[in-house]
Parts: sequence; C-alpha cells; structure tokens
Amino acid sequence: MAINNIWVFAQAADDAPTTFTLELLAKARTLGGTVSAFVGGDASALAAALGDHGASKVYATGALGGALPGVAVAGAMKAIIDGGDVPDLIMFPQTYEGRDVMSRLSVKLDRTVITNNVDLVVEGDQITVTTPVFGGNTLVSTTFNGGVPFIASFRPKSFSAEAVGGAAASIVGAPVPDLGATGGATVHATHVEETTGPKLDEANIVVSGGRGLGEAAKYELIEQLAKLLKGAPGASRAIVDAGWVPYSYQVGQTGKVVKPSIYIAAGISGATQHMVGMKGAKNIIAINKDKEAPIFGIADLGIVGDVHKVLPKLIEALQARS
Amino acid sequence: MNVIVCVKQIPDPASPGALDPSTNTLKRDGKLLLDESDSYGVEMALQLVDAAGGGEVSLVSMAPNGETAGMRTALAMGAAKGVLVSDPALLGSDALTTAKVLAAAVKRLGGADLVIAATESSDGYTGTVPEQMAELLGVPSVTFAKKVVVESGALKVERQTEAGYDEVTCPLPALISVTAGVVEPRYPSFKGIMAAKSKPVDTVTAGDLGVAPVGWAGAGQQITKVAQAEARQAGEIIEDDGEAYTKIVAFLDQLKAI
Repeated sequence: MAINNIWVFAQAADDAPTTFTLELLAKARTLGGTVSAFVGGDASALAAALGDHGASKVYATGALGGALPGVAVAGAMKAIIDGGDVPDLIMFPQTYEGRDVMSRLSVKLDRTVITNNVDLVVEGDQITVTTPVFGGNTLVSTTFNGGVPFIASFRPKSFSAEAVGGAAASIVGAPVPDLGATGGATVHATHVEETTGPKLDEANIVVSGGRGLGEAAKYELIEQLAKLLKGAPGASRAIVDAGWVPYSYQVGQTGKVVKPSIYIAAGISGATQHMVGMKGAKNIIAINKDKEAPIFGIADLGIVGDVHKVLPKLIEALQARS
Repeated sequence: MNVIVCVKQIPDPASPGALDPSTNTLKRDGKLLLDESDSYGVEMALQLVDAAGGGEVSLVSMAPNGETAGMRTALAMGAAKGVLVSDPALLGSDALTTAKVLAAAVKRLGGADLVIAATESSDGYTGTVPEQMAELLGVPSVTFAKKVVVESGALKVERQTEAGYDEVTCPLPALISVTAGVVEPRYPSFKGIMAAKSKPVDTVTAGDLGVAPVGWAGAGQQITKVAQAEARQAGEIIEDDGEAYTKIVAFLDQLKAI
C-alpha cells in the first residue's frame, strides 16, 4: 500500500477556508493520493475554494449548533471511518480546534498523534514527520508505528498555499453522532478583539515588545513604531501572561507564527518559546540591554541598549521623514 | 467540590534542554520542578474549591524517577494529596499513553467534579494530553480557558480563540485546560511548605493502574533521526552610544521599508 487517501481538517473564517487550511491542502496533494477536506460546519461556501486547492471531496458535519468542534468533529470523523472510508493520513493545523479534534480522535481510534511538525515525507507506506525542538535548533524526525490512519499536525507556514484550478469539491454529509456526556460544552457568545492595521501573521513588518519595556504603558512605543512602519504590533508571551496586551498579539510557540520580511524585537530576550514563532523572518532587528540575550544570536542587526532610549529616538527619526 | 490538577515536573527551564543521545528523549535526570504552566491550574483549583465552600484539590503526576519536588510545590500552595505514577517502564511513552496513565490516576483518586490541566507542558508541548484525558474519562471539556467560574453546578468559561474569546458553558463533571495568566498563582507560605512535607503522595506504577503497554512498547511513534537545523547567523551587534537608532534607520532604508 501507499499513502492514497488523505484527509485535511479544514477550517474557515468569513466563509472562506483559512490560509493555513490551504497550506495543508497544498502539501497533501503532492503526496500522490486523493485529498478530502473535513469541515466542522456547513461547507457550501467552501467547496469551490477547497476544490481549487486540490480537495476532490469535502466531508461536512453541517451546523454544529454551538457545540465546541473538538468532540463533535472527532465523533463525525470516527463515524465515517467506521463506515468504511479509512484514511491513510489525517493532517491537522496546529490550531485550537485542530488540537481538540485530533486529541479526541486519537483516543477514539487508539492511535498516537504527532504534533508541531513542519514537514512530512512519504516513503512507501511509511510517513516521516519533522518536528523542530529547542527553539528550532534541532530537527527530530519521527515515524509512526502500527497501522493507519496516521494522525499529524503541522505548524502554520510550513507549506505554501497554491491554487491548482480544480473543480469544486463534492460535498458529502458527515453527521455528528450522539456524543453522550462528552458533548456537553456549548458556545453562547463569540467575542472578537479588534485590531487595526495589518494582521499579525500576514504583516510584512512586525514590531514586538517584551518584558524589557518595563511596564504596560510603554507598549505604546511598540504600537507607534508599528504604525509608522505600516506593520503589526506583536508581543512576547511574558507580557501577554502579565496582561499588558491581549493573547491575539502573542508571537511564539503558543501564539502566532510570523514570517515577515522585517521583525523588530524590542526588550525581548529570545526565549525558545518566542524564537520558534519568529525565526523565519527574513531580517531581524533586536534591541535589548542584555548583550548575552539569545535574540542577538539570530539578529541581523542587534542594538545592545535601553529600549526606552532607542525607541523614542527611532520613532522621532521616522516621524521626521514621513 | 473536588478538583484534580494534572501537574508535570520538568527540568529547570532556565537551563538549556538536551536530548539523551541513546534514546533521543528529553533528558530529565536532573532536579525536576513544577512546570510554571501548571501553577495556574493549581491556583484556579484552590480558588474554585474555596468559592464552593468545601472539597479539596488533589494532584496527579507522572515522572520516570520517583521525583516529588514539583508536586511538593503544589502541595505547599494548598493541594491536599497526590498520586505520582513513577515507573522506569514509562520512559518513551507518547502523549496518548501519558493521557491513559493520568486518566487512570484520576480514577484511582475516585474521580472529581473537575479535572484541570495546562494547555501544554513547557518542555514537551505536545498539547494533546488534556483533551485525550477528557475522552478517556468520558467527560466534556473546554480547552484554553482564560476565565472560569462555577454557577449552579455548571462551568462558565471564557475560552480563548485565535481572534478573541468565546463564552462557553459546560456541565460537571468536566475537564478544562487553562492558559497561563488565568489567575495569579500564590507563593507557598512557610507554613504551607512545612505542611507539604507530610501530605500524602501515593506512588504507584503503571502496572498498579492496569495501564499496559507503556513506554517504548506502547508508543505509536519512533524517532528515526535527530539533526541540527541550519543555524541562522548572527549579524552586526553594536552597543548603543545614543546614536544606535541611526543604524536601524539605515538598515530599514537599505531594506526599502521606509
């Protein structure tokens, strides 16, 4: 056998598949088998775009009625598998919902999951995935024991999304079975934390601040600089945990993965957790008063200095030019 | 209200991690500490039990070498007791096996109204164990909880999302994973530290819990290669003499960013 039947857990925002979903489809269709998308919700608005990116079929649960997707979608996947369509590989995005669905499914199928991958290679009927550890300095290759389905999740921006001009994917119903007690969690309201300017994970320039700013009020310097450069403001986990800025600003392992052309890290020492999320930037500028800070090990331009002195002067100089 | 918190004892995050060259697993032979991510869950559990006006907080943990130092920190914060699953056979266990072991430890404690875990550990960060445990225990779950209250026997949770947060309700018994920053973990008092020394920790093996196979034998995966990633070269590092900002302006100019 080979890896012939591949599923991708597809997520949508504003009636379109997320870029992350399209990245996984792009990789899936290079593996040589048929590619199906699996949607938690209604797929009628998504079938054309999913087909355009290589999915020939889309399983859709239909409206989830406020149920959290994790347990519901995993239940629907299990039902399809029990019905006889057994995928060789199920690819998940490393997102909140992706994590929940694959974890529940892992137990339902008694199969392991390998998370946080950045690449995948098929050799015959075996799959090898690659996971970066220690802030990406070391790459670990792992294969699955036992039979299919293999379940793996991938980090954002591991692959490049690309349309191939396929016909709209055919929609196949995948109803959610009775979940018993496990289906008890219900969403009552959704809140979106508005940000202005470009989206953090799509911006060409990202300016991030960390604990070196000293206090929450000083984050304004980061926002000012980001605005002047038409970039997005970001943050280290330390100041998100401290409550200075919302979680949606966080760059790193547990936050957003960014690959801008320019990344400016101000008052960020460069913990492993942070570096994983930004070391793919083309150019990195770091400002930190500790010259031993790990961030200087990957910076193209490193300024050993006080962010409270350097940032205001930089902002002033840029304002004078605009 | 009885709450069980999953706590992981990890190598000091301040010292650089390393892989054991013979097994390709993370080296965990030094002193192990309470994963800071878990201190939020311990604090949340203590606050919920306090608000409920009765009940206790218990701990479950899995460690290869009988280590309890990290559990003692959580006991010093106010947890009442714990189960430590310690067994050399556990070395090499994957996340699914870990979830099976911890779920069995929860059952050994007689279950709970609520099980709390961090969203992921700081050393391995697989990030699947809480939700796998929920499925094994047959309970509903809310992951990435950033605010939690109990009202008329059900959880009301603010669940973090990529764009903001959702308001979620969930009946008990249930499992939640909590984000860092959800509450401010208390520092153990001197009295708490002294009391923790005599609090019961039930040390058991995977076999005692009836979980098999574990470790390498039970793992659904194997590491085939460990390689160094292409290192990113450091560039120009300069000390700020008051004019270093001009270097940044020049660099941005060169990149045509301004």
